[in-house]
Amino acid sequence: MDNKLIIAKSEPLWNTNNRVVFLISSLIILLFALPLFGLNSFYLHLFIMIFMHAVMAQSWNVIAGFSGQISLGHGAFFGIGAYATSFFYIEYGISPWISMPFGILVSGFFAILIGIPMLRLSGHYFAIATLLIGISFQVVFQRWDLVGAASGLWVPMTSEDSWSALQFHSSKVSYYYIFLVFFIITFFIVWLLSRSKLGYRLRAVRDDPQAALSLCINVSNYKIIAYVISAMIMAPMGSLFAQYILIIDPDRVFNIEISIIVLLITVLGGIGNVWGPIIGASILIPISEYSRIYLGGTGGAVDLILYGLILMIICIFRPDGLISFVPKDILERKKQR
Amino acid sequence: MKVLSVENLSRSFGGIKANDNISFEVEEGTILGVIGPNGAGKSTLFDLITGYTKADSGKVEFFNKNIFGLSPDKISNLGVGRTFQKLKPFADQTLLENVMIGSFVNEKNIKKARDRALEIIDFVDLIEKRHHFAKELSTGQRKRLEMARAMAIEPKLLLMDEVTGGVDQKTIPGLVDLIKKLKKSGVTIITIEHNINIIMEISDNVLALDQGKSIAYGSPKEIQQNKQVIDSYLGTFDAA
Repeated sequence: MDNKLIIAKSEPLWNTNNRVVFLISSLIILLFALPLFGLNSFYLHLFIMIFMHAVMAQSWNVIAGFSGQISLGHGAFFGIGAYATSFFYIEYGISPWISMPFGILVSGFFAILIGIPMLRLSGHYFAIATLLIGISFQVVFQRWDLVGAASGLWVPMTSEDSWSALQFHSSKVSYYYIFLVFFIITFFIVWLLSRSKLGYRLRAVRDDPQAALSLCINVSNYKIIAYVISAMIMAPMGSLFAQYILIIDPDRVFNIEISIIVLLITVLGGIGNVWGPIIGASILIPISEYSRIYLGGTGGAVDLILYGLILMIICIFRPDGLISFVPKDILERKKQR
Repeated sequence: MKVLSVENLSRSFGGIKANDNISFEVEEGTILGVIGPNGAGKSTLFDLITGYTKADSGKVEFFNKNIFGLSPDKISNLGVGRTFQKLKPFADQTLLENVMIGSFVNEKNIKKARDRALEIIDFVDLIEKRHHFAKELSTGQRKRLEMARAMAIEPKLLLMDEVTGGVDQKTIPGLVDLIKKLKKSGVTIITIEHNINIIMEISDNVLALDQGKSIAYGSPKEIQQNKQVIDSYLGTFDAA
């Protein structure tokens, strides 16, 4: 065996940069400590929205960034999650903690159902099909009397803060921690996924499906797997959001805007990169919340115009997203020449 | 031992018979060279064998197992590797990652898959380029990448589409040596090749195609003397 091969084999699998590990750990500690400094309710809300949207975008990142399939109807899985917990709580008093996994399973089931025929379509056709599916979910729920049709569901408020009912009225701090924990767990799941055999194979499917086939990869199955994982990450955010606002209706939780914003966040931050959705959400969500505050009802669409502008600038100058400003070897990719 | 046996394989596109009743066999450990002018149906033949294009009729057996009509991933899973004439590297991934995607087929453990991939990359002499993205490699290097990636699934039969096509003269001998080295490692090979000298040098048998038909099949010597081959292919080569 020659020398170069021995050296190559002795390299660590991943270039774990100690500074990055330190940065992540301190960030996590900081996020956990933040409410202790007495954040007011607006900032708590802002962070909750950032965490939630980062997870939602991460979900979209799995199907679009890893397996290369552009889904424009991801709001459907958000809505399924929202309705699953609210419906079972209102009708049967079942704790959201129990119905949340159910919502996750239903989302996964629908992803299989939609994915089997639709993922045979390539490129733009899959995107168009998912766009229509997303809209049709909204239409169905607007007319479905069992789940309150267009007026939606009102989750009855508990008299006190309750962990089992997942309702907190005295302060948003508990919500903050719940969303934060989901945010961290999702990040690590997707991070592990990106480094796993599955992650490698999904990227192969994304980069060149024809070549992937020659390497024993069943391309359609892998696309479906990615779609199901993606849907299952999205659903609990719907559930938590429903418990956070306590009123859900089809216009809110099946809104096309949800499907679009997860795309915007991911593209802004960096598609196909675990960090992309986090960076994207940390920038886009504050813009959105502040523009709503300063412009109020009259300027409701101004944030959308802003998004459009940002997206155009990113697509022209930084197609790999803001994450591309960070040198790759700092994050994780191993490029010692 | 017969590795591959193809019988009366046919496929038409519209009115054009891209492959018309092609039959041949490949013995274990040998190299079959496929020659023919552009449009003779060489790449179509590869696509039919590997399942990328569905054949209209015929029979394809791999180690006496019928593989006709199977999907490409199933065929590769049985041990048929291939490279592409129009190269298909995973451009945004490093050479190592490209090859690892192949070595994951037989190795679940990520470290072992990495080490196996490194051995193959070393075999194709690109170990120093392992962390380069595929899009940064030269054409010759990307050809090696495709060979390495196909080898990583540990195929019993390897189909190579124009390994020496589109690279400069200086790069060719290295690639030819690599094919020889591959054969020595025990892999059975079918290779499409335009360079007639290379075909004569490396092949145990040669299949000559013209306009979708098999016009000759035999040892390199026989092919060289075959009148039909000289007329339709070699002749033009001499005149040029």
